[in-house]
Order: sequence, then C-alpha cells, then structure tokens
Amino acid sequence: MAIRTVSRTILYLLLILLSLFYLMPVYVMLITSLKPLDQISLSEMWQLPHSLDFSSYQLAFEKLAPNFMNSIYLVIPATLLSALLGSLNGYVLSKWKFRGSDWIFTALLFGMFIPYQSILIPLIQFLREAGLYNTIPGLIFVHVVYGIPITTLMFRNFYASIPEEMIESAKIDGAGIFKIYQHIIIPLSITGFVVVGIWQFTNIWNEFLFAVTITTSSQQPIMVALQNLSGSQIVQWNVQMAGALLAALPTLLVYIFLGKFFVKGLLAGSVKG
Amino acid sequence: MEPKVLPSFQSGSSLAVSAKKRKKWNVDQWLSFAFILPSIIAVAVFVYGFIAWSGYVSLSNWNSLVPDLSFAGLKNYLFLFKDFRFQADLRNTLFFTLFFILAVLFMGLLLAVFLDQKIRGESLFRNIFFFPMALSFIVTGVIWQWLLNPATGVNLFLKKFGLDSLWYTSVTVIPGIQWSKIQFGIPIAVIAVVIAAAWQMTGFSVAMYLAGLRAIPEEIREAARMDGATEFQIYRKIIFPMVAPITVSVVIIMAHISLKIFDLIYAMTGPGANFVTDVPGVYMFETTFRGNYYANGAAISIIMLLSVAIFIVPYLISSRKGES
Repeated sequence: MAIRTVSRTILYLLLILLSLFYLMPVYVMLITSLKPLDQISLSEMWQLPHSLDFSSYQLAFEKLAPNFMNSIYLVIPATLLSALLGSLNGYVLSKWKFRGSDWIFTALLFGMFIPYQSILIPLIQFLREAGLYNTIPGLIFVHVVYGIPITTLMFRNFYASIPEEMIESAKIDGAGIFKIYQHIIIPLSITGFVVVGIWQFTNIWNEFLFAVTITTSSQQPIMVALQNLSGSQIVQWNVQMAGALLAALPTLLVYIFLGKFFVKGLLAGSVKG
Repeated sequence: MEPKVLPSFQSGSSLAVSAKKRKKWNVDQWLSFAFILPSIIAVAVFVYGFIAWSGYVSLSNWNSLVPDLSFAGLKNYLFLFKDFRFQADLRNTLFFTLFFILAVLFMGLLLAVFLDQKIRGESLFRNIFFFPMALSFIVTGVIWQWLLNPATGVNLFLKKFGLDSLWYTSVTVIPGIQWSKIQFGIPIAVIAVVIAAAWQMTGFSVAMYLAGLRAIPEEIREAARMDGATEFQIYRKIIFPMVAPITVSVVIIMAHISLKIFDLIYAMTGPGANFVTDVPGVYMFETTFRGNYYANGAAISIIMLLSVAIFIVPYLISSRKGES
C-alpha cells in the first residue's frame, strides 16, 4: 500500500508538472498582453504585471476588428454549407450505396490529405476567371469544396450507426431517397451537425494558406491580419499577444463549451486504425 | 469500440448492402448517384483536375508574371534538386518530421497512460492537454516566437542553468557534414519549431491512445493481475501491443501534417538564416506568390504531394479493404 501511495504521488506530481508546461504559453500570453510596452523587458518576462493595463487589447482590437468580422462572414456560411453537403454525401454513401460507391468515397477522401499547395496555382487562376478572387464568397466557395472529403467522411461514419432496418421499412412504406432523408435522417443528425459544424468552424477559422493567397488587405480573415501584426518594424509584444488571444478566442470558447464534440470530430478525422 | 478499429470508420451497414451491391444499377441507385454527383464533379475538378494542371505547370517555363506554358521538361525539378534552399528544405523536413512524430508519440502515450490511471480531475488534465489543438498554427507560432525568442523568453530561464541557446535563430547544424551544397545534419533551430508543433498536436495522440486504452476490457487486465503480472508487465506485454495499430494511424496523420506544414513555420520563424527552418511549404509560397516563379512553385507542390501520397495512398487503400 505504501508503494502505491508513493507512486500515486509521483503520478500526480508529473501530471501537474506537464500541465504547467502546457499552460505556460497561455500564462505568458496573458501576462504579456496585460503589460504596457515599457514593462516588457527581458528581466520581467515571467513576472506578473504591476497593474492591469488593457491598452494593448484596445490597440489589437482596433487593428484586428475588421478582419475579425471578415472571418465571421466567412466561417458561418462556409460551415453551414459544407455541413449540409457533407450530410447529403454521407447519407448516400452509407445508406444508398451503389456499385463503385465505396471507391468513389475513397477517391473523395484523398482530397482531405493533399497539400493544398498542389492545387493553389490553378485555384487562383480559376477564382480570377470567376471573379471570386480576393472576395469572401471566393473563400467560402474554396472551404466548401475542399471541406467535402472530411464532412462526407464524418457524416458517413455517423450515419453508419443508424439501423438499416429503419431505412428498409421506410422504403417498404413507399418513401424515396429524399423523403427518408428529410423525415428520418435529418431529425437524427443533430449530433452529427454539431460535431461537423464545430470541426469546420475551427478549421476554417484557423486556416491560413488559402486566406493569405486568395485575399488581400481589406478582405483578409483574422489569421492573416494577426500574422501581419508581427510584420511591423517594432514588434510590440503586448499587442501581439493581445491579438493572438483575440484571434484564438472564438475557437477556444467553442472548445471550452463544446469540447466533447470537438474531440469526437478529431477522432473521426483519422479515418481508421 | 475495439482497439483495432478507431471509433469512426466502421460501416455498420456494409453487411446489409453487400448483397445488393452486385446487382446492376436500378432507379434508386441512379438517383443516389445523382445526389452526390455535384460533389463528385467538384472533387474531380478541384482536386484531381487541379493537381493535373499543377503538374503541367511544373513542366512549363512559367517563371515570371506572364504565363508561359511552353514545355520545359524536368527543368524545374532539376533546378530544385540542385538548389541550396530546396536541399535545405529536404533536410529540415526530414528532421522536423522525425522529431515531431517521435515527440507526439512519446508524449501522447505517456500522457494517455497517466490519464488512464483512474486519477482525480481527469477531465481537467485532459482539457489542458487538448486545448492547444483548438488553436490556429498562426496563434501557436506567434506565442512560441515570443517564448523562444533568443533575447527573452525561456532562454532567460535556461541561462540560470548555464544554457545559452539561440533557438530558432541558431544557424548551427549538427553534425553538419557537407552534402552537395548544404550542411547535412540536425539544425538546432528546427528543434524550436518541433517543440511548438508538438505542444499543439500532442493532444491528438493523447485522444487517440486514450480511446484505445479505454476500449481494452478491464477483465483482460484483471486476468493478467490474477496470473501475477505486474502493472508494468501488463502494459508492456498486453496493452502496448493492443494499441500498436493506433500508433500507425498517429504516425500517418502526423507525417502528412508535418510534410505539408506551412503556417506554423511561416508565423514563427520564416525561412530563417541559411534557410535553417525553411520547409517546402514556405518555399512554395514565397517563390510562387512573392517571386512569381510559378513553374518552380508548382514543382515544389508536386514533390510535396508525392511525399504525402506515399503515406496516404496505402493507408486509404488498406482502410478500404479493411472495411469491406
């Protein structure tokens, strides 16, 4: 029993130490963002601020607010549309399989692993031709299209747990593919939509490569603007950290309140072991 | 949930459908095909078509603002493999991928085993290890750029122990054997980026391993204990072999993230002096969209795609087979 107590103590000690390591960046981000610029020095990096100073938040907010709104206008329609499309595809690929549909599914999945650099040059040519370059609708379109594989995968797996008998008996009652979707599948899809919605929201909010190559200045989403903050001549670390926190806040809040679904989505994205 | 199959790729319906699958298409099947046709076309054009187009651009002379699609053969690829910057990229990607995967696997398994000991406050600990995954690589890059800043950051702390590190501004490559144009070895600066990347992604492997550990029935452990096995033996002989398939998944997922990494490095260090932290993703972005070397950029992107495909294609095909 004594050995057990000692090893339990060591276990908790290690867990606490590791937790401190994982929280350290957040601690430093918070205290730095609450200091005025002249207190940000080598020797005081780890110390709490003498008094709370929110001026860096005001500055960061002034600089980032328009881009924050761009991200909102981007992420909401893009998340909704790609979740709807994924639900439709997932439904067909799990409940209305046809010859070759499993191979189509695998071919779709490949699209979620590719480095997007490999489609970027044609994509930008296409968006210019279509008049969507440097617009938020252009970015929405891109996220919906390249979101097809992951949202289809998630919904297909989700619908696999709906018993086949339910579909079969509805078919016997004369319901067709669309009726069944509308009356049976959609009402059962709430959790699926939450998981996929959170996943797409987080990914689209955090995305950078499409954002930085498809939009310029006034159309840029928040992550590009945050990255640009550090490009200025004198790096104001307090403003940078306040900006980082502002940019991270929506996804952090989603994680704090809906973390369970976030982790579900995370595991769903791993295809299989 | 069995440990061998991760939660979400099981298809419960495959049995019921397999009998029907052999038949010719009927109205229902045409209808369902029509339902997903828009997505099939979108992926066919925007994924496969655009990859083909990028491949074509990579074989062209389009290295200025004006598109020039005349055929250049493998010229751009030959240029890259002789290029100092690209050689450095390959070296950095190799060591970044290696250390990043090792760190994520080790920390993931360690933390998952810790969390699996029926500890108090488990969900709090779990959340602490998971939350970085909800952040953007840009946010992570900005924070760690400050933390590992040679003039400030963790270094002040380390200096007290007599360690004076330049982290991501160091141009040292260990051991630095001359190989073609570059010094081959482990660039110190890459380690700094690995720390930040592992900090963000460990949660993924913790979640995967924990799901696997939770799926092992308690009776198996009980039985082993009855037979006199120590806890350590139970893990080594029973648990770890059972979660081995999860390791394969984690390695593949992390490898593909690492091979196409761009935003973290772009935000944290950029290419670095002597390109010690440069990666193909950053090079592709800068040469294409800042330098207008479209054909070179396309060639880099195709090399990135091929390196990812080596991991992903067998994985997808084996997933496909494992299911049906």
